[in-house]
Amino acid sequence: MKESSFVSLESLLEPRPRTAPNLHALREKLAAGRGPVFWRTLEEAAESEELREYIEQEFPGLSGQIPQGVDRRSLLKVMAASLAMAGAAACTRQPREAIVPYVRQPENVIPGVPLFYATAMPVAGYARGLLVESHLNRPTKVEGNPDHPASLGATSIFEQASVLDLYDPDRSESVLHEGRATSWAEFTGIFINESQSLAQRKGEGLAILSGATTSPTLIDQMNRIRAQWPASKWYIHEPSVNPAIASAAKKIAGRGALVAYDLSQADVVVSLESDFANVGPAMLANARQLARRRAVDNGATPCRFYAIESAPSVSGSIADHRFAVKSSQIPVIAYQLAKACGVAAPDAPGAAPEWLGAVAKDLTDARGRSVVIPGEFQPESVHLAAYAINAALGNTGKSARVLEGVEPEETHSLEELASDLNGGHVETLVILGSNPVYNAPSSLDFANAIRKARLVIRLGQFFDETSLLSHWHIPEAHYLETWSDSRAFDGTVTIQQPLILPLYDGKSAHEILTILDGKPDVSSHDIVKGYWQAQNKTGDFGAVWPKSLHDGFVAGTAVAEVKAGGSVALPPLASPATGGVEVVLRPDPTIGDGTYSNNGWLQELPKPQSKMTWDNVVLVSPKAATDMHIDKGHVLRVTVDGKSIEGPAWILPGHAEDSVTITFGYGRKGSGRVGNDIGYNAYAIQNAAARYVAAGSVEKTGRTYRIADIQETQTMAGRDPVRAAELSEFREHPDFPTREEKPLPPDLTLYLPQEFPYTGYKWGMAIDLNVCIGCHSCVIACQAENNIAVVGKDQVARGRHMHWIRVDRYYSGNLDTPEIYNQPIPCMHCENAPCELVCPVAATVHSDEGINQMVYNRCVGTRYCSNNCPYKVRRFNFYLYSDWQTPSLYGVRNPDVTVRSRGVMEKCSYCIQRIQEVKIQAEKEERRARDGEIQTACQQVCPTEAITFGDLNDRNSKVAKLQALKRNYGLLDDLNTRPRTTYLGYVRNSNEALRGQRANRES
Amino acid sequence: MPTENPEEKLLATNVQVIDPGPASVLAPGHTYDSVTDKIAGTVFLKWKNTPKGWIIGALISFAIVNVLLYAVSVLFLKGVGIWGINIPIGWGFAIINFVWWIGIGHAGTLISAILFLLKQDWRTSINRFAEAMTLFAVACAAMFPILHLGRPWLFYWLMPYPSSMWLWPQPRSPLEWDVFAVSTYGTVSLVFWYVGLIPDLATMRDSAPKLWMQRMYGVLALGWRGSIKHWHRYNKAYLLLAGLSTPLVLSVHTIVSFDFAISVIPGWHTTIFPPYFVAGAIYSGFAMVLTLIIPLRSWYKMQDIITMRHIEASAKVMLGTGLIVAYGYTQEAFFAWYSGDPYESFMYWNRMTGPYGFTYLLLILCNIAIPQALWSGKVRRNVPLVWCISIVVNIGMWLERFVIVVVSLTRDFLPSQWGTYIPTGWDIATYVGTLGFFVMCMFLFVRLLPAISIFEEREVVHHGGHGHVEPAYEP
Repeated sequence: MKESSFVSLESLLEPRPRTAPNLHALREKLAAGRGPVFWRTLEEAAESEELREYIEQEFPGLSGQIPQGVDRRSLLKVMAASLAMAGAAACTRQPREAIVPYVRQPENVIPGVPLFYATAMPVAGYARGLLVESHLNRPTKVEGNPDHPASLGATSIFEQASVLDLYDPDRSESVLHEGRATSWAEFTGIFINESQSLAQRKGEGLAILSGATTSPTLIDQMNRIRAQWPASKWYIHEPSVNPAIASAAKKIAGRGALVAYDLSQADVVVSLESDFANVGPAMLANARQLARRRAVDNGATPCRFYAIESAPSVSGSIADHRFAVKSSQIPVIAYQLAKACGVAAPDAPGAAPEWLGAVAKDLTDARGRSVVIPGEFQPESVHLAAYAINAALGNTGKSARVLEGVEPEETHSLEELASDLNGGHVETLVILGSNPVYNAPSSLDFANAIRKARLVIRLGQFFDETSLLSHWHIPEAHYLETWSDSRAFDGTVTIQQPLILPLYDGKSAHEILTILDGKPDVSSHDIVKGYWQAQNKTGDFGAVWPKSLHDGFVAGTAVAEVKAGGSVALPPLASPATGGVEVVLRPDPTIGDGTYSNNGWLQELPKPQSKMTWDNVVLVSPKAATDMHIDKGHVLRVTVDGKSIEGPAWILPGHAEDSVTITFGYGRKGSGRVGNDIGYNAYAIQNAAARYVAAGSVEKTGRTYRIADIQETQTMAGRDPVRAAELSEFREHPDFPTREEKPLPPDLTLYLPQEFPYTGYKWGMAIDLNVCIGCHSCVIACQAENNIAVVGKDQVARGRHMHWIRVDRYYSGNLDTPEIYNQPIPCMHCENAPCELVCPVAATVHSDEGINQMVYNRCVGTRYCSNNCPYKVRRFNFYLYSDWQTPSLYGVRNPDVTVRSRGVMEKCSYCIQRIQEVKIQAEKEERRARDGEIQTACQQVCPTEAITFGDLNDRNSKVAKLQALKRNYGLLDDLNTRPRTTYLGYVRNSNEALRGQRANRES
Repeated sequence: MPTENPEEKLLATNVQVIDPGPASVLAPGHTYDSVTDKIAGTVFLKWKNTPKGWIIGALISFAIVNVLLYAVSVLFLKGVGIWGINIPIGWGFAIINFVWWIGIGHAGTLISAILFLLKQDWRTSINRFAEAMTLFAVACAAMFPILHLGRPWLFYWLMPYPSSMWLWPQPRSPLEWDVFAVSTYGTVSLVFWYVGLIPDLATMRDSAPKLWMQRMYGVLALGWRGSIKHWHRYNKAYLLLAGLSTPLVLSVHTIVSFDFAISVIPGWHTTIFPPYFVAGAIYSGFAMVLTLIIPLRSWYKMQDIITMRHIEASAKVMLGTGLIVAYGYTQEAFFAWYSGDPYESFMYWNRMTGPYGFTYLLLILCNIAIPQALWSGKVRRNVPLVWCISIVVNIGMWLERFVIVVVSLTRDFLPSQWGTYIPTGWDIATYVGTLGFFVMCMFLFVRLLPAISIFEEREVVHHGGHGHVEPAYEP
């Protein structure tokens, strides 16, 4: 084909000077326009300047050509290109002649059969290994990589929800220069010039800000840039990661290190406000180990877990003993505990709490088989004290391991960046992903500091607060769109493979840095592969590379353990401010530091402890609520250093007195249509000197606020949906959950008792309450797998959330230190299902494999089935909840699951699509489905393996064995529903020496 | 047959409109002619002579019907989400209103069929009216099960018809039984009412002042000529229909109560529901009869035909059925305690003292406490007071359904799933809208058809206005 007959896309995208568009007005206009109004608005707008601008943004380059008097040739070029694209994009008509599809079918692509690719999602820099499901090259669902050390097959809520971020219609779509759409080519041109002038200055004035990273390629790129330009600086800002962790590890190991814990080696676990099973790079591994150590069946002795924390955390909810202590008091407790364990610690003020001795005794008794885990947001002193205790007890190297650090060396903090900016030392600021204008502590006044730089270049997925104050905004590629690499907490490297081409021309940090590296126009793939090729010394890269991509990690990249010297000197304690209220600042449990605030799944996910959605609240203790007459939803003013925020109160049983917890991630202006203008911005009162806990004050404003929570009642009301026993009781009566129940005769039904013989499969599920930590990963995995709609705050507040599985949380005992129980509730698939009897149109029916099926097409929406469901697991589409309007969201849907329409009931199907898939495969191979071959989405994602699914007809299946355990019970079994989802009772391994404290609990 | 305009005769009549008191079902002085003129003349009143109350009432009710139409349009466009229902409270106003309207629809057939079989003479003046009321109430009731569907355009899937998928309704569901119970009841009530109208339609045809009216009533009268043969067959048919309707009076609300009794929800799952629902239905039905006839007889000056005896008898039925209902409540409470079932006893405790406890208190006040005043003859003969009590009972019976439907659902088995129900403006608009529809139908009915059975009134005249009742009242 001759060059001249080709329309170069580059020529179409060639930038041209434009007037600044009125983005705001246009966005409003487009947001307001729906259906017919939309088109009328466009017609009306056709004459206006805004439309021209709109077209310019949609088709950069095109509008520039047309009004300027088109010559015949270029018009034909444009038309040819449009027609070709239109033909490719929309096959609305087919030729009358027979056509044969797929003359050459792409290898491995069978329509309807998904493919899984291994990759990793960096969470605060550390890799979580993933397998991502792809339907016809469209990533739809994220699953954990069972072979990856930081995943073990599970994921947290963030990985599950990340796939929705990929398709977020609010993502920024084009390179913007001062708000005007331009092109990557123009940017590279300017940036190459900039780097040439930087080269002359040896990088003087160049500041690069990124989030936390462990990417070997990125670190290598940065190291080369810094080597080339010694005057440049690399700053790292990760608001949800406490810098004290790294600094303490450095003191312990003498160099960059990471303290990882191996709970499988621990008989006694003490957390000093650590949410180790829900926060941090090793959270999923920790959760798995903790769960395995809580096994009680077949004579196993569970570990004992003490949680000392200010607000009940996800990990703490499963603790055998929880002690509510002010966050600022934790260092004191840590030192007292250290002393009690025989560590030479400086004096800690105040008397030790009465329970401390018993905890210390338990720890020392389990010398070498215990572990103390410091809180992720605690100061250095706590981390050092925990290390000292572990060292003194001989746990180091066993349950507490010091690993070589994988984070970059010689980086600077955000505080330094702010002072460098204010000092005029920064001329060019390149921000790779971070959003400091929103999430920097307010004491740094970053919004003003950033203006001091001459040129600010921002790579970001959203045109957010920081982009607004930057000169250039480059759309960032989602991790599923670009090549990169990252390390797990133990150093294992995963090559991040993209699953899809960037939807909006997004670029990766590698592609920006490579320009500074003097190698523009090298793709992410080449950069990453090039780096690893250079690393390969054995010459078998041709085999290693595909294997690493396939497996999801590079074999043999785990780091070594540091042979740390042993003792560390504990610094004297800074005396904590006594009296007054402490304000504890934490990342939000579902929104994190605000990165995920435009994600509807995460917004609607109930926060693990409060069960509220769509907002951040001020968590207060029950005592404060009584003293100050605070009720749920009363708006409180929280003041720190003269700055204040206002947020609604939430009374959290088990919260420490004189302490309030507030969370980051809300109060955003530059997030998008989901995350904007909800909640308060906790960064507004964050002080860089006291990031995670500060002295402050709380007062009532007299106003109230509507909170959308999904669980109004917190207690079990004497019904024992969760059945718990002490370990000793369990040993005596392993059947404690059902001991007082009389078995019901199976034929106690009006209808045919043996209607279903179940000659084939008989599906069932068992949920182990003893290990469920209530992290809510199952809820969001179910949402992703089953195309569950997001309904919004108002609908949640009206009791209409759509989650097919929920995690009920109950308290027992007193308000101040209650026992907390988590109970995931999917559909029970009852044998005598009350829902099936009452549907007048047979829209919910029993399958011959025991599944209670919902036939959406047949449902007329009487809601009788839901009324008659004792478990209330059915969800109803009161409106058209599924978004049928936003094209970008089509991509995220699982094509194997119907997208529900208005007016139909829906509920857990035991992931029937997964069952069918395996059954078809098994049938083709003339065998039965193997145990464990079918995993429901909730089961698959569960970090603690609390959920087990399988065939009850197979006596050797895991689920059949679990259901045969004596601590197995059916929820509301006395109704003779005969649920097939059953629960395993909770067993508490409490310390007898401390049981007196629990005796005063209310029943 | 009179040839002059009955309206003129009515206006010219010198029969005094006096209430003969509780002893008599007809004022003295009425003749065959006078009752005919009075009842037929009411229909043939010229517009200028129409009572003001009718005009204002009809206009208001018509306006409210438009509210209904609007609310239903929005409902169909947006979905049942506009209502206050949620999970766990999947049924709200729609089902409450359905049960309430069906209950009201009980009085008509009861009066016409059962009292007919029991040869209660006092049914005569109010049976036609009560039957019409039944029909309109059933029409209102029948709207709700369709409106409350998530996908109302598919309501016909509840009907057994040979669909292309060969898929039939699910016969174990009480909602399916409802379809048959309500449609049978509606059909039989309509036929019963229409058959009872035929002789009067002929009277109307014969006395209509205008040709088009004669034609209209003539077509509806189905060629009735009043021959002895006609009367003979008529009496047979009417008796048979009365026999047919009688079990329906009991069955409809029994089956409606199965919607709840068949379920597993505490507060619903109760064997006492069928009789207690039927008694409640008759209770509310008579309350509604009183609510309507008291203003009507005053507007149309019909105290001579709808006498104190009717009012007092209705009030006594109300008192009696009210006591059955009260017995139902006490039994419910007793078994909640006696069963030892924690869910049942909690349910009843929650009903009385929970967040919706005020509805229960109001219910007891309206349905049990206040109606006890009817023990007193003085109260029963105090027309405004009886009217007020009838309104109170209507409210009470609505509250009873609220307490059963909603309050039971707010707190069932799992505490985590306890919820709150707050009705929205659309809930209220739809409910009030059906009230408007009902009242408008009643207004049209009294304007277009003889609201009181003329030929039966003639029989009353024939019997001397006393029927079989011994006079016990000395003026």
